[in-house]
Amino acid sequence: MSEAKRFNPLDYLERTLPKLVIAPSFMAMMVFIYGFILWTVYISMSKSTFLPNYDFVGLIQYVKLWRIERWYVACKNLLIYGGLFISVCIALGLLLAIFLDQKIRLEGVLRSVYLYPLSLSFVVTGTAWRWMLNPGLGLEKLVRDLGWESFKFDWLVNSEMAIYTVVIAAVWQSTGFVMAMFLAGLRGFDSSIIKAAQVDGASLPRIYWKIIIPSMRPVFFGAVIILTHIAIKSFDLVVVLTRGGPGYSTDLPATFMYAYAFTRGRLALGAASATMMFMMVMAIIIPYLYSELRSRSND
Amino acid sequence: MRAILMSVFSFFAAATLSVTNSLAGEVEVLHWWTSGGEAAAVQELQKMLQKEGHMWTDFAVAGGGGSAAMTTLKSRAVGGNPPTAAQVKGPQIQDWAELGVLTNLDEVAKAEGWDDTVPKVVADIMKYQDGWVAVPVNVHRINWMWLNKAVFDKAGLAYPKTWDDFFAAMETLKKAGVTPIAWGGQNWQEATVWETVVAGVGGNDFYKKALVEADMEALKSDTMVQCFEVMRKMKQYTDPNAPGRDWNLATSMVIKGEAAVQFMGDWAKGEFTAAGKKPGEDYDAMPAPGTEDSFLFNVDSFIMFDVKDKDAKAAQAAMARLILSPEFQVVFNVNKGSIPVRSGIEEQPFDSIAVSSMGDFAATAESGGLMPSMAHEMAVSPAIRGAMFDVVTNFYNSDMSAADAASKLAAAVGEAM
Amino acid sequence: MTEGGQKTYAERLARAVVYVVLLLFVVYFLAPLFIMIITSIKPMSEIRTGTLISLPRSPTVEPWLKAWGSATIGVSNEGIKGFFVNSLKITIPAVLISTLIGAVNGYVLSKWKFKGSDAFFAMLLLGCFIPFQVILLPMARTLGLLGISGTTAGLVLVHTVYGLAFTTLFFRNFYVGIPDELVNAAKIDGAGFWRIFWKIMLPVSKPIIMVTIIWQTTQIWNDFLFGVCFSTGETQPVTVALNNLVNTSSAVKEYNVDMAAAIIAAIPTLFVYFAAGKYFVRGLTAGAVKG
Repeated sequence: MSEAKRFNPLDYLERTLPKLVIAPSFMAMMVFIYGFILWTVYISMSKSTFLPNYDFVGLIQYVKLWRIERWYVACKNLLIYGGLFISVCIALGLLLAIFLDQKIRLEGVLRSVYLYPLSLSFVVTGTAWRWMLNPGLGLEKLVRDLGWESFKFDWLVNSEMAIYTVVIAAVWQSTGFVMAMFLAGLRGFDSSIIKAAQVDGASLPRIYWKIIIPSMRPVFFGAVIILTHIAIKSFDLVVVLTRGGPGYSTDLPATFMYAYAFTRGRLALGAASATMMFMMVMAIIIPYLYSELRSRSND
Repeated sequence: MRAILMSVFSFFAAATLSVTNSLAGEVEVLHWWTSGGEAAAVQELQKMLQKEGHMWTDFAVAGGGGSAAMTTLKSRAVGGNPPTAAQVKGPQIQDWAELGVLTNLDEVAKAEGWDDTVPKVVADIMKYQDGWVAVPVNVHRINWMWLNKAVFDKAGLAYPKTWDDFFAAMETLKKAGVTPIAWGGQNWQEATVWETVVAGVGGNDFYKKALVEADMEALKSDTMVQCFEVMRKMKQYTDPNAPGRDWNLATSMVIKGEAAVQFMGDWAKGEFTAAGKKPGEDYDAMPAPGTEDSFLFNVDSFIMFDVKDKDAKAAQAAMARLILSPEFQVVFNVNKGSIPVRSGIEEQPFDSIAVSSMGDFAATAESGGLMPSMAHEMAVSPAIRGAMFDVVTNFYNSDMSAADAASKLAAAVGEAM
Repeated sequence: MTEGGQKTYAERLARAVVYVVLLLFVVYFLAPLFIMIITSIKPMSEIRTGTLISLPRSPTVEPWLKAWGSATIGVSNEGIKGFFVNSLKITIPAVLISTLIGAVNGYVLSKWKFKGSDAFFAMLLLGCFIPFQVILLPMARTLGLLGISGTTAGLVLVHTVYGLAFTTLFFRNFYVGIPDELVNAAKIDGAGFWRIFWKIMLPVSKPIIMVTIIWQTTQIWNDFLFGVCFSTGETQPVTVALNNLVNTSSAVKEYNVDMAAAIIAAIPTLFVYFAAGKYFVRGLTAGAVKG
């Protein structure tokens, strides 16, 4: 290699350009995400009550947190709700995307119908769902009025089942977006491969199962990340649909955190719950992220 | 790079940047009275301030009975630009005052004689170290029972005055096929009923010990167990679809005659009025059993943040003075369906329920039955209130025994202290 | 997928199943909207006395007019129309900036990897799992320090920063699927970093740009938490106004106006969805390079 080439400023720029381009995002991330996470962790070990206070007191809030019954309910709910929400959204989203990709008439209209729930603020949509799910007002009453007298659908008012109604409404809101992600992926898929496979005599379902769906791995990855994100942050949904009730049976960590940090003036405990929640999610997501990013760089 | 990024941001927002510079005599008011009669009531204050030459910048944030507004207030304060005035109630006033960021209102208070017109129990909440730091606006009474007259007449029942009569009446009504109690299954509504029961079963002194002083002995006492038992007994007279129901839908059950009674603060009156119902003819309101001598109050108030600007200070003083002026007290409270917080107000513009409430307000201020509402953030710190809410709602919505509830209550409150 | 010719009975049956399933889900997706629409055209007296899901007996457009132009929100009696401008001022720049940065980031992270680029991506994704509620106070402080507390610029900054993780994710995952040969061939032809981005990557990105814009528009337009905490009375977005209209503490509820307002507030995002739809076109990359 010649000396001249190494000092070529244009070449140097070309090589560092990718890093330069990433730099602002990197700095923003370090300040606005990791800086704030550190701040939260510190606050969780401070004396903070209704506003931040920086006197250090140690891990007492964590001890208190794990003594609060409601926190266990919130964590358990997140597992049920998050698990169901993510898997149902992905299954439905993929199904709808594949079906829509079959040269369907009115595809544009159907696509918009599946997508529109995302556009509505849950502040009001939640009210519509609450009416529909309420046994005395909605679905149960409707079916009974139609003549099926013994029909029962009272999950909303049942402490054991109420969390599943949250799943129903959440799936309704987010499935369309997952469908759009899969649709974008399917539309990016090289259709000549499908034709080639069909020439080889493979049936369509088999082609989807063996070739197309496995090739959607980055989309699955994206969907899991984004749905996990939605699940963790689900807040409005619970507030409007069930208000955490009956009792606090549909409380989620996000609503728990908000109640303690802001409504109840226990910022340190709220920060502790946020930190715990973050750690729990890390424990689930990091292995997944690691295996995904690793296996793909090996491809 | 970041600088470039920032300049891009400010480029897009250049048009709006200038607006935040404060104008002379401007008050930015954070409140959660955002719609209907409440907003109409606030508009009166805006008009009166404008008449005196001050500017009102509205900063309305509804939701969660003021909890969204409080979150906003905190973030504004941490960001270093709190609004000029903010609707803050109960013990939280003390929290803000302790930070030393509030305007002292003693000058206005002295000139206007607030100490003579506002009952001491209420005034104490508004003061920090004997100095006025908040202006009370209105009073809502919590311990009301709303009754559908036709339903009681049809069943041939008199309005119950004791808990025994109450449950006897509920039993009759249940057999007659009505839902006896219109229940709204949200934690604050359950806490509202619960505190009414605590006052009704335990009496005024017990209420003060348990729900104002958060006394451990009172919280786990037998009386408290009794209160929980009454709550439990009520549940069998509610319908299964109550969980999550908004208070106004519960009120509408009473209006339609599907249900007989509802326990709710006096804002329920607005729903009856909006449905064209008349007190004494279609419906009645009376204190819940055992609480004729109790007045659980919910008082809204404004705090003022210390500002340097002279004109803004003048606007704050004007706002404080106007809020407690007889003229505003009448127009605001008639609109909002509450009653004046100060004495010396004409009864004539108010409806019959408000008038009886005003009489009780004055009488209980003398007798000691005037007590801050726990459920409506007047009595204990938000941390303790939250702990109480959790136990009450969990008790009501599970099959926990009353004795367990009382001991859990004491434990939870102890933890939150 | 069947190319011309006779369709077998099984194929026709399969197609019927596809349509039936798609239509069943249409019912599920439209039911709440149906409730909202019928409620929004009922007079309040009907809502108070009738059942909530019955059809309106005497439909009226009054609630829509009221929600748009005369409903009381705080001290203003002018409905939610005035708040639209605030939301647009926040949403348009924030969506454009975050989408653009996301596209470039995704391009670098898929086609110009460097040591640490995967780690950066992983960190970016992990970071988005912090609940937004906890960053309110430090963010408020930071905005205060930057001198943009309570301004639209502040809100644009917040939305851009917290949108980056997802816009980057979308583009990176999409670009991973685009054959490296395409980029390498261009490099050999002497095309530089930006040239490849503009000439090769962006033209094939339409579907993912749409997904990103849909996501970002929805997130930012519907955001309440940031909008309420980092605005002042004059810069409040429409979601805050909607919330103020709907979430009364003790005033009489007007469900019909609430529902109408909610639908009105969603019109810009709905418009984006319908307009964006046509860019989902199949097979843009097919044949460009031999797969």
